[in-house]
Amino acid sequence: MDQGATAFAILAAILVLVPLLAIFAYLVIKGIGSVNLAFLTQTPKPPGEAGGGMANAIVGTGLILAIASVFGVPLGIGSGIYLAEYGRNRFGDFIRFTADVLNGVPSIVIGIAVYSLIVVRQKHFSAFSGGVALGIMMIPTIARATEEMLLMVPNVVREAAYGLGIPKWRTTLSISLRTASAGVITGCMLAFARVAGETAPLLFTAFGNQFWNLKLNQPTAALSLQVFTYAISPYDEWHKQAWAGALILIVMIVGAVAAVRLTTRGSLKGA
Amino acid sequence: MGVGIEVHGLNAWYGKNLALNSIDMSVPANHVTAVIGPSGCGKSTFVRCLNRMHETIPEAYAEGSVKVGEMDVYGSGSDPVEVRRRIGMVFQKPNPFPTMSIYGNVAAGLKLNGFRNRKQMDELVERSLRLAALWDEVKDNLHKKSGASLSGGQQQRLCIARALAVEPEVLLMDEPASALDPISTSKIEELIFQLKQHYTVVIVTHNMQQAARVAELTGFFLMGSLIEYDKTEKIFTTPADKRTEDYVTGRFG
Amino acid sequence: MSDSVKPMNSPEPLGQLPKPVTSMPSLAKVEAGHRAHTPSAVLAKIRTSHPRSSRVPDQIFGVIILLSAISVFAIVVLVVWELVSKSQLSLHQFGLKFFYGHDWDPVNGNFGAMPFIYGTLVSSLLALVLAVPLSVGVAVFITEMCPQSLRAIISFLVELLAAIPSVIYGLWAIFVLAPLLRVYVEPFLAKTLGWTGLFSGTPYGLGMLAAGIILAIMIVPIIASITREVLIAVPQNQREAVLALGATRWEMIRIGVLRNARIGIVGGIILGLGRALGETMAVTMVIGNTPQIAKSLFAPGYTMASVIANEFSEATGDLYLSALVEIGLALFLVTLVVNALARLLVWSITGGTARVRA
Repeated sequence: MDQGATAFAILAAILVLVPLLAIFAYLVIKGIGSVNLAFLTQTPKPPGEAGGGMANAIVGTGLILAIASVFGVPLGIGSGIYLAEYGRNRFGDFIRFTADVLNGVPSIVIGIAVYSLIVVRQKHFSAFSGGVALGIMMIPTIARATEEMLLMVPNVVREAAYGLGIPKWRTTLSISLRTASAGVITGCMLAFARVAGETAPLLFTAFGNQFWNLKLNQPTAALSLQVFTYAISPYDEWHKQAWAGALILIVMIVGAVAAVRLTTRGSLKGA
Repeated sequence: MGVGIEVHGLNAWYGKNLALNSIDMSVPANHVTAVIGPSGCGKSTFVRCLNRMHETIPEAYAEGSVKVGEMDVYGSGSDPVEVRRRIGMVFQKPNPFPTMSIYGNVAAGLKLNGFRNRKQMDELVERSLRLAALWDEVKDNLHKKSGASLSGGQQQRLCIARALAVEPEVLLMDEPASALDPISTSKIEELIFQLKQHYTVVIVTHNMQQAARVAELTGFFLMGSLIEYDKTEKIFTTPADKRTEDYVTGRFG
Repeated sequence: MSDSVKPMNSPEPLGQLPKPVTSMPSLAKVEAGHRAHTPSAVLAKIRTSHPRSSRVPDQIFGVIILLSAISVFAIVVLVVWELVSKSQLSLHQFGLKFFYGHDWDPVNGNFGAMPFIYGTLVSSLLALVLAVPLSVGVAVFITEMCPQSLRAIISFLVELLAAIPSVIYGLWAIFVLAPLLRVYVEPFLAKTLGWTGLFSGTPYGLGMLAAGIILAIMIVPIIASITREVLIAVPQNQREAVLALGATRWEMIRIGVLRNARIGIVGGIILGLGRALGETMAVTMVIGNTPQIAKSLFAPGYTMASVIANEFSEATGDLYLSALVEIGLALFLVTLVVNALARLLVWSITGGTARVRA
């Protein structure tokens, strides 16, 4: 019995890791061949035609993520500060609960809501609405990470600042937040990594675009959308490009996660 | 130069618990005054009331009259932040700002209060570190080393320098040597003795020898009340109150 | 303290006080060198350069921070408001029948969501059946058995599994997992377990089974990381108490660890369920997108999230759109309840310290 259980635990670990390794292996093997200069600099070709690339989607993803960060990071950090420094009360518990609710909302539902709120009112799909959808998804992650990290700042540090006659707002921004900055940045990067590959909320916000677009109020391509469209298409050429796009996407995300891991090694629980 | 402190009818609460009961005390300028008593007697609460740090604890509040020089600490127009700017405080555990350099720590109070003159700031930092008897040990690493990389005793002297940099009139010390080794403690004590030339110092200590060594005046607190307040010599040799005598002779506490 | 002697508040003049400490020559010298500096000038400068009240900036800051906290609440309210108001049409037209109707016929304006609800439930439950033993196994392995040197690496790899975007899981499932199922796994299952009726019919590869498997891979990291947190939260003395009774390692894990952590593990499982219910892209790419209720897991199906993903931007007509929004509303409510339940359970174990990411 003892050995059986040990064997099962080891087997479970292996079974969990196999898909991970398989996914990475396939991404590299199938994707690397199609990542070339044309892929990184050109826009998509019509169905079935060889060549073309995802340059517009790479830029589009960057654009959408920039909007998401501009929207989500300040609100996330702000709510995190509220929860840690002002919210040790009923209302704080309520906001904490609300953030958890928001965190659990399926991303496709966020898509519907942002579609109704922004796309319907603007009367067209847009990079802006896609960015807002992803930004909303970043807020709860960043808020809870900021809260946790601020709570880890010893109270004596705040007392030292108050004792010097530094006002509360200054103490919070220049002392507490600065002391917690490594953890807060980790939270932001994890939130960023989480939304970078999101597809569902972009389906009817950013919508996708086969051409270049840098206007905030126009439909915009995104890597994840392009991978989805190409993967379910019947064309072999597009399948290859889907793998290549997925490879680029995963390199971006794993890069972000690994960078966070390396810089904050061991110092942050669960980060 | 330091200023005197006049306390009248000071009460302090933690929620519904009365921690200080109608304290009257007059602290002379440019002297070291020690506050002693068993743990939980209210001695820390007392000094934290002098610069309105007490109220930073949730549900804690204080009332009464505290005058530091001309400043009415609990007056209607009084701003706690302004009060703390003029009354420096050193805490029980050294608490340097962990992400700042040594220089950054000392300059923090100046910078965050809007002081911009770089040259004057350098001078102030050096002067404060010299006053805190730390300059020679850190002058080569002012910007390179973080405040948290110093030893415990050095950290506490750094915290003293940080408090001095904003040029307070009064320096409050809440058991500043309780977390330190004997050598660091004696350095801090030397320092306190020197500081009274410029500042009025109020020091909380649970160590009676320390009070006897550094302070000219000593107040004995018990269960939230000031039992006896007199010249240190008198408190330790011929106290007027039986309870003081019991405490200083080690019969309780 | 009525019996207390009133303390003497103004001690006698201090002029003749004997010095309690002898003077320190070295320090005194340092001091003398710097006495020329006039402190009050600098002091005055700080005070005048800085207006005396800090209350206004503190209040402004407090308001800004409060507003950003309220924005979280406002966003949730807006989401709910949009879902409720935009689904009114369908709610009134079909009432409860919407949830048990089998017909999804946009052409004739007839909408019943049963096939999608069924697909969501079956694919999620299938995912749980596969993921739970694996997740608990891997968590036990990491906390109780794994050599210290491997621990961080395996935890990191499992977390990495959570960082892979849904669309990449879908891509991999279409081109790797589905052919694997079609050629090897499904024929084998049909031969050995075909009699149950769960594994019969044409092995397409794509279908409910593929969706369940890919969902299982996706929720393993969630369940595993929470299980790990609750296992770590079990006090060491519980383990030692069981070992001291002469238990084997497995008995120690079962009695000393898993028993103590079971509520938290259930919480983690429910949280995984919440994620599976709302998962969209990977499922959409492999489930086959056919609104039907079939007993065989080989058959294609459809989920609530998938139908929204596929049809929302092409839905013509207000009623069609409204029906899709109503599915979204139902999905929101279900995940809300499921997540709330899970968090309650996890918090009861770890006291709110577990980092919950879903």
